[in-house]
Amino acid sequence: MDENDKIVEEAEEAASVAEDSKALYEARMKFLGKAGKVTALMKRMKEIAAEMRPAFGKQVNALREKLEAMFAEHEEKMKRRELERKLAAEQVDVTMPGRRKREGALHPVTRVKNELIDIFSGMGFEVFEGPEIENDYYNFTALNTPADHPARDMQDTFYLTDEFLLRTQTSAGQIRLMEQKKPPIKMLSPGRVFRSDDDATHSPMFHQMEGLVVDRGITLCDLQGMLDKFAKEMFSETSKTRLRPSYFPFTEPSVEVDVSCHNCGGKGCPLCKGTGWIEVLGAGMVNRRVLENCGVDPDEYTGFAFGMGIERIAMLKYGINNIKLLTENDVRFLEQFKG
Amino acid sequence: MKIPFSWLKEYVDVNISAEELQQKLFSCGFEVEELIYVGEGVEKVVVGKILSCEKHPDADRLTVCQVDCGSYGTKQIVTAATNVFAGAAVPVALDGSSVRHEGGFQKIKTGKLRGVTSEGMFCSGEELGINDDFYEGAEVNGILILGSEAEAGEDIKPVVGIDDYIFDVAVTANRPDCQSILGIACEVAAVLGIPHGGFMPASPYRAEPSDVKFTVEVKEPALCPRYVGSYVKGVGIGKSPQWLRRRLALCGMRSVNNIVDITNYVLLEVGQPMHAFDRRFLHGDAVVVRRAEAGEKITTLDEKEFTLTPDNLLICDADRPVALAGVMGGLNSEIREDTTEVFFEAATFARDSVRKTSRALGQRSDSSARFEKGVYPILPHYGMQRALCLVRKLGCGTPTSDLFLPEFCDKQLRDLARQEIATTYEKINSLLGISVPKEEVNAILGRLGFEVTDMGASFSVKVPLWRGDIEGWPDLAEEVIRMYGYDHIEPTFLKNATVTMGGLTPAQETQLKFKRVLADEGFMEACNYSFYSPKDFDLLRLPADACERRAVKILNPISEDLSVMRTLLLPSMLQNVVRNVRRGNESGRLFELANVYLAEELPLKELPAEREKAVLALWGEGDFFDLKGAVEAVAEAFDLKISFARTEKPFLHPGVSAKVLLGEKEVGFLGELHPEIATELALERKVYVAELDYDGMKKKFRRDIAYHNLPKFPDVERDLAVVVDEKVTCAEMTECILRACKAVKRAELFDVYRDKRLGEGKKSMAFRLTFAPDENAEKGLTPEAVDGFFRKIVGNLGHHLGAELR
Repeated sequence: MDENDKIVEEAEEAASVAEDSKALYEARMKFLGKAGKVTALMKRMKEIAAEMRPAFGKQVNALREKLEAMFAEHEEKMKRRELERKLAAEQVDVTMPGRRKREGALHPVTRVKNELIDIFSGMGFEVFEGPEIENDYYNFTALNTPADHPARDMQDTFYLTDEFLLRTQTSAGQIRLMEQKKPPIKMLSPGRVFRSDDDATHSPMFHQMEGLVVDRGITLCDLQGMLDKFAKEMFSETSKTRLRPSYFPFTEPSVEVDVSCHNCGGKGCPLCKGTGWIEVLGAGMVNRRVLENCGVDPDEYTGFAFGMGIERIAMLKYGINNIKLLTENDVRFLEQFKG
Repeated sequence: MKIPFSWLKEYVDVNISAEELQQKLFSCGFEVEELIYVGEGVEKVVVGKILSCEKHPDADRLTVCQVDCGSYGTKQIVTAATNVFAGAAVPVALDGSSVRHEGGFQKIKTGKLRGVTSEGMFCSGEELGINDDFYEGAEVNGILILGSEAEAGEDIKPVVGIDDYIFDVAVTANRPDCQSILGIACEVAAVLGIPHGGFMPASPYRAEPSDVKFTVEVKEPALCPRYVGSYVKGVGIGKSPQWLRRRLALCGMRSVNNIVDITNYVLLEVGQPMHAFDRRFLHGDAVVVRRAEAGEKITTLDEKEFTLTPDNLLICDADRPVALAGVMGGLNSEIREDTTEVFFEAATFARDSVRKTSRALGQRSDSSARFEKGVYPILPHYGMQRALCLVRKLGCGTPTSDLFLPEFCDKQLRDLARQEIATTYEKINSLLGISVPKEEVNAILGRLGFEVTDMGASFSVKVPLWRGDIEGWPDLAEEVIRMYGYDHIEPTFLKNATVTMGGLTPAQETQLKFKRVLADEGFMEACNYSFYSPKDFDLLRLPADACERRAVKILNPISEDLSVMRTLLLPSMLQNVVRNVRRGNESGRLFELANVYLAEELPLKELPAEREKAVLALWGEGDFFDLKGAVEAVAEAFDLKISFARTEKPFLHPGVSAKVLLGEKEVGFLGELHPEIATELALERKVYVAELDYDGMKKKFRRDIAYHNLPKFPDVERDLAVVVDEKVTCAEMTECILRACKAVKRAELFDVYRDKRLGEGKKSMAFRLTFAPDENAEKGLTPEAVDGFFRKIVGNLGHHLGAELR
């Protein structure tokens, strides 16, 4: 029995000094392998008296079981230890930057234009785009602004010839659409417009969004109702609109539309110059002459139109303080409009 | 338009404060851009009567005065001024007061001057912000000496006429009648509901008969539809009275002399520009209104000489031009100190004629500004009446009873009929969407000078002669609502409208997708002007006959640099890159999707084609193949089968430039910016650019996705590396591989390797080949079958391109 205890002791010693799975396996083989000590004990069976054999066999088997259990336990531990070692070796600096594709961005004017289209297309507006180079008729005359009309001075026009010009307003699209399509009309016309104006607050090219509704029984109340909805979606849930008289040749009555200041909620702040209101767009009921010019019976149909500067909305919405930033195309500016 | 509150009050008995009036004007369509208090910064300055003046005990140049300041008591003031004396009335700035000082304000406190207490300061005119036109003597060097009527202790502001407000009113283009005190007075009376004398309050004057007769001949009635002349005798040129000079000064006008001041006064008050000629210089007592002859010259009052064209209208006498019609009088006939006889002119001139002349000559005046906006035919008569009334009031001449008009103008104004509009209350309300009580409609229109005839459900109005902007009943609806108040509008959401479907057209959706694909590739969207400099074509080294040079020109550009419409987008993009690099943005990716303008014929005979193009640029990080990858990404997103081939463009690196082909059609280019141009633009790093013909590509964009069955058997991949001559291209290799064997689905280059051991002028190219069985095959590809394909490919590559397996 002393001998068996010694083997167990030796085996435990061998198992516990094993550095890795391979050493452990070798240690195991030394005891339980074909040439191992336990196998050698088994071989001695023949030399033992027959009556002693069952007891001897029992003892050796007990020894084998004990060692197998012992080695199994060590193997389990070894596996865990080796896994831990492997995982430790694989550790990364998780604070290092992620690997990714560069991300581009849409221009803020495109973003706002899309947002406006989303808002108004939800109200049933379709988008119509007219040409950027227009003739005098569509840009002025058909919009009730004949050649000697003082309103032509309201917008400094770039002329290409006596007849052709760079459109000064997307309203020109109104006429083209109404020539093609009869009421009911709900149209949105975004695009580039041009005025020969270049100073700190004016750009010779900017974008407008024109809206037009022509149907039976359209009223000024409908105009304000729609603009209220627009202001709430574009600026804030609590936004309100205010109409005040103005003048455009193609609408009658004409109004300026102020939206309550989204920055201060109407209390007065530098953004709204202390008034609580921000001038956002011009609008009005479509002038009967304009309808007539497009072959729409003004006694049957009425309508309203509104026009806003997309840059102006973008500047208000994002807090951009200089219109020139919008055409400088500095990547540090543009990348702020990602996502 | 500057409106002094005091002048307005002469015509309307305004019973609210200036601030309240500002709000009222705003609500009815007249935004007060600035409300100026004339006496701003002058506080606690009162009239003082100097009781005694004594020399300062310790300073020769100072005087110590005892001043009676009425209820403020007697104050001791030390002054350095030399024009003060006992008995004089002067402005005294008391302790704690404030006066004007060098464009700002200055506080005045009690202090000591050389040991003697001074309880304030005497003021000059400048310190009160006034000149002689406000108060005679204000420009004297020293202290302002007030008239004896001033009472001690009285606030100085009313005394010198600065206790007043000026409303700087923005007047919309449809309301030229409101470019005048009387016009605004009508609006104010209407919005406040105060009765007043009307747009043209009575302005009677006494006239004497005269034998002097003038002839007025208007050769261009269309350009001068109305002309009224009048002769004034016994004129004595002199200063205008203080009240008149002050009013002109409040409106920012300089006083000249009584006769000229009268014309300016009428311009401001009535809105009728007038001119006064010295009869001596109006040869033949004749006025002829005609177009200038080409090359004819005139020198205007401000001593500028202009050479004219027949577009310019002239006022002439029997011999020569004496005024540039509607713009400015001539130097040769101006009022002088010794003028004794005057011919007054009040006329209307066509808006665009005055505008053209004024613009062409760069000569503007208060008159031309009003004529450009429009002066109604009723005004010349009234303006003349008002001027002659003022002549009497000022006692500076004797009006005569004749009015001199061209034949076609009726002296009794019988040719001016008031327009009549008939409509219903229902129509007005149906446009507004609310019910304005009819009594309210009648009252509002009545207050605005319309003559309303109420016929129950319908009504008619006679439009005032000065309201040429009123054309139909919607204008009446506007008049009603702006006076009734826009706050009565109750927002509704298209109560009656038909339901419509909204949204983007497929073309617009595609455009947006295109932009998003490029943004996904890391490109920022740029936005540039649609015009640039013709020099940009030279920068790109475009040959003289290049079609891109046939650009549409702007007749009146802001500058030469912004004078031609874009025919390609690249120059704008290069400017963007230059600006970015100059600002230290070492790398970036930009794109723009915008129109170019391609003229069929120049000068334009019809609208030019507007063609949408996309331009891309990449600098700092990445190279040709990054840019090409972006172009490929676009092609993939729209399922376009594009290919690339070597090309040459004058502005691209000859070795690093390709055209983009869609089938046989060239739809764009890409490449490295020519190093010479890069150097010229001071770009040290390489810049890669591409321009794509979006409109040319979009016809082939895939609209719908069609599903293909998944393959039954997996693909098999094999790598192939061969050594070929340097000149063999990737495209040749790929084509050869694909032709060799139908089972090759894809052949993708993944490595190019050069080494001396491969041999001079040789390179190794490695392709990943993907094999797939025929769609209808019953079983997958066996390794043996793939081996067979592989051998065939190697054989073909060897045969056609001299490739050797590595």
